[in-house]
Amino acid sequence: MSKAQFIIEKNENPSVGWRLLLPILSLLGTFILTSGLILWGKANPLEAYYYFLIAPLSSRFSLLEVLVSSTPLILTGVAVTFAFSAGYYNIGAEGQLYAGAIAAAGLGLIVGKLPMPLAVTVMLVGGFLAGMAWAWLPAWLKVKWAVDEVVTTLLLNSVMAYIVSALLNGPWRNPESGWPQSPEIAPSAHLPKLVAHSRLNLGFLIAVLAVIVLWFVLTRTPFGLKMRAVGLGKPAARFAGIDVERTMLISALVSGGIAGIAGVCEIAGIQYHLTDAISAGYGYTGIIIATLGALNAWGVGAAALFFGVIDTGAQTVSRSLGVPVYLGEVTQATMLLVTLAMFLLQHYRIRRRTSWTSS
Amino acid sequence: MDNIIEMQAITKRFGPVIANREVNFSLRQGEVHALLGENGAGKTTLMRILYGLYHPDEGMIFVRQQAVRIHSPKDAIALGIGMVTQHFALVPTLSVAENVVLGFTGSFRLRYAEIEEQVAAAALRFGIDIDPSAIVGNLSVGQRQRVEILKALYRNAKVLILDEPTAVLTPQEVDALFETLRRLQKEGLSVVFITHKLDEVMAITDRVTVLRDGQVIETVETAHTSPSALARMMVGRETFGVSRRSSMEAGAPALQMVGLHALDDQNMPALKNINLTVRHGEILGIAGVGGNGQRELAETLSGVRPPTAGRILVGEHDVTGGSPADFTAAGVGRIPSDRHKGVVGELSVAENLTLERLMEFTKGMTLDRAAMLAYAEDLIAQFQIKARPTDPIRTLSGGNMQKVLLARVLARNPKVVIAPQPTRGLDIGATDYVREQLLAQRKRGAGVLLISEDLDEILALSDRIAVIYEGEIVGLLPAQEATAEQLGLMMAGAVKEEVNDV
Repeated sequence: MSKAQFIIEKNENPSVGWRLLLPILSLLGTFILTSGLILWGKANPLEAYYYFLIAPLSSRFSLLEVLVSSTPLILTGVAVTFAFSAGYYNIGAEGQLYAGAIAAAGLGLIVGKLPMPLAVTVMLVGGFLAGMAWAWLPAWLKVKWAVDEVVTTLLLNSVMAYIVSALLNGPWRNPESGWPQSPEIAPSAHLPKLVAHSRLNLGFLIAVLAVIVLWFVLTRTPFGLKMRAVGLGKPAARFAGIDVERTMLISALVSGGIAGIAGVCEIAGIQYHLTDAISAGYGYTGIIIATLGALNAWGVGAAALFFGVIDTGAQTVSRSLGVPVYLGEVTQATMLLVTLAMFLLQHYRIRRRTSWTSS
Repeated sequence: MDNIIEMQAITKRFGPVIANREVNFSLRQGEVHALLGENGAGKTTLMRILYGLYHPDEGMIFVRQQAVRIHSPKDAIALGIGMVTQHFALVPTLSVAENVVLGFTGSFRLRYAEIEEQVAAAALRFGIDIDPSAIVGNLSVGQRQRVEILKALYRNAKVLILDEPTAVLTPQEVDALFETLRRLQKEGLSVVFITHKLDEVMAITDRVTVLRDGQVIETVETAHTSPSALARMMVGRETFGVSRRSSMEAGAPALQMVGLHALDDQNMPALKNINLTVRHGEILGIAGVGGNGQRELAETLSGVRPPTAGRILVGEHDVTGGSPADFTAAGVGRIPSDRHKGVVGELSVAENLTLERLMEFTKGMTLDRAAMLAYAEDLIAQFQIKARPTDPIRTLSGGNMQKVLLARVLARNPKVVIAPQPTRGLDIGATDYVREQLLAQRKRGAGVLLISEDLDEILALSDRIAVIYEGEIVGLLPAQEATAEQLGLMMAGAVKEEVNDV
């Protein structure tokens, strides 16, 4: 007697083709899942997706906006990749971003006398150190006491949110408007514009530089090889005499520093003051971007740009189609979930098996 | 007496490996039957087949003279077969009673008072001393094992399979377990007792089936055999292509362990007062059944596991408490006991080969990739590794992976080579190659510590042989004076002597 059955088996090494197909399949899955909602909002799903994906690339202005919205995503993506590569699961880029933003908002008030290049450098270094400082405690707890960094970095994000809120409702409350937003930073602390009459600023170049540095460190330096060894096989790395704890600690601190730079770029490049909404969850999106980019520097850059497109598109889609504003967010969230599911699923394949039983 | 279980001509393959080859096994009503054999002999595989966890490729199983197919543990339980493994399947936060009835509750509603009463009654009936309302997480290992046994009996098990039940128990708990088993045996329970400890076989069983390399060697009445006869059957004899051909004058001490103590991962003592010296130009073999402290010994001597007491000397140099890098620097070449934990699978052959000494392959700030590749090419040629420098190491066969690890260690001419289970899982060709390399190291004057569960390997290569049992060295003798039988008795804890070789 023979019977056919379908079995699911693990496929540890999905092919390169699969990886390239992944974003397209994710997109398709998202489209199918969200179409119902878009129809319910009395809009045409195809039209909505035109605004999501095509419209942002179709004008010079919106293209520049894509680069603007990509900037923090590239930086948090790089930050997360840096930590994840060394097997340190930093979920706290959001908090570290705000730490950098606080430093920038504060330093921006006192560097007004300095010439622009110096002022900007002070801001960037300050933001990096602030992100690093905020990343230090969970990293230290991890390497010293093996406290799970996923929990501590995540919880510190909430702590940081309250610190920001305390600052904005206390010493930094705007004295004129009474709004919870910090005073404007000095003009010499602004990141210079790259293109006149746009929001594109030096931050984008810093983000690109971060990608290049990430690539260089990971693939071209002894420390990067140690990081990858620790991330890919802790026991083997330890056995080979690598100081696993030190490697993780340094990676965690640099990761926090880069997330801090993302905060600086938002303050000094776009907002010029601190609010409690300078990040639309960039720290969390960075995790998805790092994962989607498979912890590869160029992959992370590409994934961040892609999310920048969706971000920009989401802003216009509700305006143009009159659907509720949160549809864009729902679509993005769905996209993240579908992508994650796809990532999981690529490690499995379904096979038909025929088995014989003698009886 | 009738056979309650009969397994006929069972064959089970895992890929190219044959775990069981035409195994015949029968269990009589009301007997305690030992399955004796070294690690990897196929004992657990055979019983997993009986419990429905594996499916045999060939062969038949009869339960009470009825041919049966056991597709899953559920089928096995329905047939009255229960199994207690070394890793307990208990929910620590639930009570004993809840654990016992879990998955076996008849009705939809849980009546806690009723359940506890039922479990208490069952415990009383089977003579198992346990409080049904106790939380499992608070119980000792021995008590948890009792819960597992009670769980099986509560499900009406008439056949109980115990997989190395004493491995996790203290001597007192072992006594209590044996008492329970004797009582249950009187009630008509049949027990399969998987073990590699001879004293337990002699103490508790009625019959013994000895397995070696997946085959049944013999089934004998315990009363009509002796520990030495069993040891001989268990270990067997084989000849090997590679062996130590000459005896050499051993030199100065290369590695000394003085009063060495260490803990295992559960913080239980794993090494107890080890006093051994490895001399230049000798291979010191450590024989023993797996799980008697070999892994901890290798890790302690690699700097991965810090000792809790005692000293480690490399030549004159005290490296106690040093990091893996310190051990390497002192001249200790460490082959990892688990190959897969010794390499980073996703990294390339070249990267794995240079991981220990990246500073030598750094130019300015950057890695000198050309030098890394050239170095890898060199070692690949020298050690006949079938791979390219850029291949991810996980794509290599076990033998080639082991060659990479050997190359990494031996390329720096270490004074001491620590080789735990260096040929485990390798085919004959790769095994011979690794053994030749170890002999070459000895000839070069290195001190080699060979830790192996393979007694034939120990006998073929060692100049002197030490036996480890429950974390202690229980014997040390020159290879010429050693016999497999004698070592087998020591390995099973039947013979013990004080060893101080410092």
